[in-house]
Amino acid sequence: MIAQVQAMSTPDVAWSALAPLLALVGGALVLLLVSTLTTAKPPRGAYAIITVLAAVFAIGSAMAIWDRVTDPSQGPYAAVAGALSIDGFTVFLTIVIAVGVALAAMLCDDYLRREGLDGPELYVLLLLAAAGGLVMAMANDLIVLFLGLESLSIALYVAAGFHRRRASSREAAMKYFVLGAFSSAFLLYGIALVYGATGSTNLVKISAFLSHNVLEREGLLLAGFALLLVGLGFKVSAVPFHVWTPDVYQGAPTPVTAFMASASKAAAFAALLRVFVTTFYAQRVDWQPLIAGLAVATLVVGAVLAIVQSDVKRMMAYSSISHAGFILVGVQVASARGTSSALFYLLAYTFLIVGTFGVATVVGRRGDAAHAITDYRGLGSRRPGLALVFTVFLLAQAGVPLTTGFLAKFYVINAAVEARSYWLAIVAMLSAVVSAFLYLRVVVAMYMSEPGAAADADGRLQIPAGAGIALALAVAFTLVVGVVPDRVAHWADRAVPVLTDKAG
Amino acid sequence: MSEFLRAYLTVAVFAAFAGLLIAGVLGLSRLIRPNRPTPQKLLTYESGVDPVGSGFSQSQVRYYIFALLFVMFDVEAVFIFPWAMRLELYQVFGLVEMAVFIVILVFGLVYAWRKGVLRWV
Repeated sequence: MIAQVQAMSTPDVAWSALAPLLALVGGALVLLLVSTLTTAKPPRGAYAIITVLAAVFAIGSAMAIWDRVTDPSQGPYAAVAGALSIDGFTVFLTIVIAVGVALAAMLCDDYLRREGLDGPELYVLLLLAAAGGLVMAMANDLIVLFLGLESLSIALYVAAGFHRRRASSREAAMKYFVLGAFSSAFLLYGIALVYGATGSTNLVKISAFLSHNVLEREGLLLAGFALLLVGLGFKVSAVPFHVWTPDVYQGAPTPVTAFMASASKAAAFAALLRVFVTTFYAQRVDWQPLIAGLAVATLVVGAVLAIVQSDVKRMMAYSSISHAGFILVGVQVASARGTSSALFYLLAYTFLIVGTFGVATVVGRRGDAAHAITDYRGLGSRRPGLALVFTVFLLAQAGVPLTTGFLAKFYVINAAVEARSYWLAIVAMLSAVVSAFLYLRVVVAMYMSEPGAAADADGRLQIPAGAGIALALAVAFTLVVGVVPDRVAHWADRAVPVLTDKAG
Repeated sequence: MSEFLRAYLTVAVFAAFAGLLIAGVLGLSRLIRPNRPTPQKLLTYESGVDPVGSGFSQSQVRYYIFALLFVMFDVEAVFIFPWAMRLELYQVFGLVEMAVFIVILVFGLVYAWRKGVLRWV
């Protein structure tokens, strides 16, 4: 009865390519296992240090393959039977996401002790979410992309509700979960339609099919584009798929918000860049207007609604929507220049937003509730250092020269002008002017108003070690790269995604 | 109509037939059956226990945790059965892969055990 079986050819495991991913997942498992098996209380900050080490290892192992994938004689390759694409883009986004998780872990350290939530779980969730983001960044197949998106999202749904005693945190988790599940369904349906139109979920095969064939009836493919855009637009919080962002960013624990706004957004943009700009390049006349429309709506709505907020976390949520609009401008250009400008923006924004929410973590005080703009009054006289750091982040977000924020905006708008998208560039610049007002509003509150009575009651704010290091790193990156950007900009130029099914 | 959509015509015909069948059977029985309602007949369980209280009730949250643990083993089984059927095909590679998979799931079980989830409180 039993037929002769021949051994199946198993895919080669490209350890060097998977090392960043394995570092993050391995770090999460080690944290979970060590903390449950040992009964002794771990030394202060041990969980955060393990998380940062895992992220640093991921960055190191990603850098190790950078030379190989950008070397013209070897070039990018596909790993695990063509499911993952290893190129400069993968390496660049691995670094962005790992930086996001490392800085967020530093913020978590004191935050969790302060809120009485100490334990390894939040770090585990952040590491697993980052691993999901990495899978999205390297996905060479729409199904793998969906897998990464789900790992990222499910971990973040739980992380958003991690502050169990705060009703707003639980509310944020619930809202994020319900809307996120909905958007995943859109994405999956989009994948199904694209598969129906092209006969494959592999990006290389889709791209080859679309460049060699003309579809007689494009309806299926266009509907697929639209649904993919809805699913990914939700994750990058593009208007009109942004309504969850303010509530979730405001309700989630502040370090988790920092992670969501940096690494999670970067992963979603990675998917957008690889799927639309690279794979559907031949169809760009079909989707460019869609993304341009999204970009305009996102820029305008994000900037205008941010102005009327009185809660700093909520204000930063709207401002992050407006920043997503800038990155969408870079995506819409659909050129190598546009992609590298979007990548530079993502890296710069990761440091900026983690720094911003890092200050909010410290100022939030016990209970993570003091986020009204009035809580920042007089910060300039009480904690001049903290106020100065926050001023740097806010001005950089507003786009003041000599910071990464200015260069990021400059590169994006430059790419749009080169592609003759003048209207889009004008809208982006106007939106930058409008949003400068809201950042200056916080600066004015810090320096030019008297501290409120409530602020005096809890005495001096303490800046914990972990948050201090994270803020110092973020400020250093913002100013140093803001002054000498050549090197990082050059890396971003070489990190444009490449479609290949060549085995490594 | 394209060949692709024509293939779905079968589905549409089936769906329409199913709808007609249900409407036909229920409609026919409504036409020929007598209708004499009494309060007893309108109860939820006509010939069972009288329902008490409202239909909405809260269930214990601890069942939820067991459901989660069940999902863990359930997913494990879903992957192990097909793997076990074709183990000779995958050879050592398959063995190692499955060992990695099971070990990671065991980590989850160890975590649940140390958190006291397995004790019924």
